[in-house]
Amino acid sequence: MKRLSLTPYVIWMVLFTVVPMLLVLYYAFTVPTEGGTTWSLENFTRFFQPIYLRVFIRSLNLAVISTLICLLLGYPAAMIMAGNAFKRKHVIMLLFVVPMWMNFLLRTYAWLTILERNGFLNSLLTFFSLPRVNILYTNGAVVLGMVYNFLPFMVLPIYSVLSKIDKGVVEAAGDLGANPFQVFIKVILPLSLPGVVSGITMVFMPAMTTFVISRLLGGGQFTLIGNLIEQQFLVVGDWGFGSAISVVMIVVILLSMAVMSFFEGEEKDVALW
Amino acid sequence: MVSEIIVQLKGVSKYYDDTPALTDVDLYIRKNEFVTLLGPSGCGKTTMLRLIGGFEKPDTGTITFNGQDIGNVPSHKRKVNTVFQRYALFSHLNVFENIAFGLRIKKMKESVIREKVSRMLELVNLQGYEKRDVNSLSGGQQQRVAIARALVNEPDVLLLDEPLAALDLKLRKEMQHELKNMQRQLGITFLFVTHDQEEALSMSDTVVVMKDGEIQQIGTPEMIYNEPVNAFVADFIGESNIVDGIMRQDYLVEFAGNLFECADSGFARDELVDVVIRPEDLALMPPDQAKLKGVVRSVNFLGVHYEMIVEGADGTEWLVHSTLMEPVGTMVGLGLEPMDIHIMKKVRA
Ligand SMILES: Nc1ncnc2c1ncn2[C@@H]1O[C@H](COP(=O)(O)OP(=O)(O)OP(=O)(O)O)[C@@H](O)[C@H]1O
Ligand SMILES: [Mg+2]
Repeated sequence: MKRLSLTPYVIWMVLFTVVPMLLVLYYAFTVPTEGGTTWSLENFTRFFQPIYLRVFIRSLNLAVISTLICLLLGYPAAMIMAGNAFKRKHVIMLLFVVPMWMNFLLRTYAWLTILERNGFLNSLLTFFSLPRVNILYTNGAVVLGMVYNFLPFMVLPIYSVLSKIDKGVVEAAGDLGANPFQVFIKVILPLSLPGVVSGITMVFMPAMTTFVISRLLGGGQFTLIGNLIEQQFLVVGDWGFGSAISVVMIVVILLSMAVMSFFEGEEKDVALW
Repeated sequence: MVSEIIVQLKGVSKYYDDTPALTDVDLYIRKNEFVTLLGPSGCGKTTMLRLIGGFEKPDTGTITFNGQDIGNVPSHKRKVNTVFQRYALFSHLNVFENIAFGLRIKKMKESVIREKVSRMLELVNLQGYEKRDVNSLSGGQQQRVAIARALVNEPDVLLLDEPLAALDLKLRKEMQHELKNMQRQLGITFLFVTHDQEEALSMSDTVVVMKDGEIQQIGTPEMIYNEPVNAFVADFIGESNIVDGIMRQDYLVEFAGNLFECADSGFARDELVDVVIRPEDLALMPPDQAKLKGVVRSVNFLGVHYEMIVEGADGTEWLVHSTLMEPVGTMVGLGLEPMDIHIMKKVRA
């Protein structure tokens, strides 16, 4: 009975996860020859050239920066929302969630018009007779776009863990002599780690692989690794190389998840993913 | 040997959304005293501890600690520790680190911490549990960790909110003994909350009986038991027979259709009163020798004694505790001494 009810899921997984993964692996580890294909590591050796590695490093760099900014902005926001001092917590919550109801592309296009040379931001600056800025098509704009789009994924899991922390435990720490700062460091922060870990994971993964944000706000051709992959499949038509980069990315993400779950291993509490 | 007052509450009230949880409470606690708050669920015992611990602010009145008003002192600056009713253990720390928490905040030396924690573990009978995850402990074990975590700090005042409620009878007796010893040895003042009147009577120097956010009586266990101020206290402290009576004159009360000599005076002539008689003070005797008579309606063997319900001629049911027994249906007499008739002013309900 149990096995029978699992069947649709198994079929789904095989069709849409296992088969595509095998195909990606197949393309990554083969190169076309005249009259067929042969097994080869050539796609991978190609990736480890300075030109592509630089893209990889830049992607990693921007993803890490965006994740950190999300964490620094998101943790205090989650704390304010979870704290009972603030009565209108659902309003803040809504402010975070409402943009997510809008289409992702639309949201990013909106930034385009804000940041443009003659866009909203510069009009505003000129209005106050301040010097104009050109941040569109810079790394800064890409980071901005990522932080804007992914911040809710940081806030929500942290909020969900923070709001479940028993107030009694916080009181107990105060009772034992801990001042509010010590209470935070010794009790609240460690108890909220599972939320932080899933927040980081949920921001870092899309930030590492996005190609839309970087194409719209970053301008350049090979801004990020996501663009590189997109390029190989849609423009160059080199499926083998595109697959190889994807495999590298999967390995990187698996590794970062392993590191994360090591930290999380000490807690065995709720994770959102 | 009367020591000085360490904690004092004056005219303290606390409301939650206009419903009173404590009303106009006056209480002082002396150094080294073992004070027990006793009362039914919801009467405001936890609220009182939370006010002293600094987790709530009183709406009226003042709380002083060593003579200083502590109304605005946050909990982490009060020399008070609490054993919480719901334990509130740190689930991210193991047993050892839970107990060591307060000591680490005080930045004690590691060797001192080890020594103190292991002494506590021994006290609460949890040696060898240092590394255990607190979530994996039973309720009783968690409760003992909570006791150790507070006690290890050797505070001036320890607040204990039903700290033994989750323990089985044997462990409970042991811990009662240990806590009492600790309290004497370390000279810590205890404010102890319990539902269990036997626990309250056996451990305390002073018992505070509460009802609906108000203090009913404060006194030594003997005073509370022997001289309850009203029918509520009498009923709450041990089982009692409470019947309506009329005070005919000083030392003479009428109830159950008879006049009885008693030891109380100072009531108005013909004042309506509550008459309280402990079940163990009613003695079985032949019907023709007693003023109170009745028919045995039920007999229950409780180990040390029998519990019988005797129905009087006027329909009153008397609870009788006796080592002797008469079978159901027998007509018996119930004898009682003037000293055992407690007259109490009627409390307006
Ligand atoms: N945070 C709160 N908000 C609203 N009402 C509360 C709150 N805390 C306590 N009360 C109310 O105050 C009254 C006293 O509660 P308290 O917890 O002090 O009782 P207690 O004597 O400790 O009872 P128990 O023996 O069941 O623990 C109760 O009626 C309770 O419902
Ligand atoms: Mg309580």
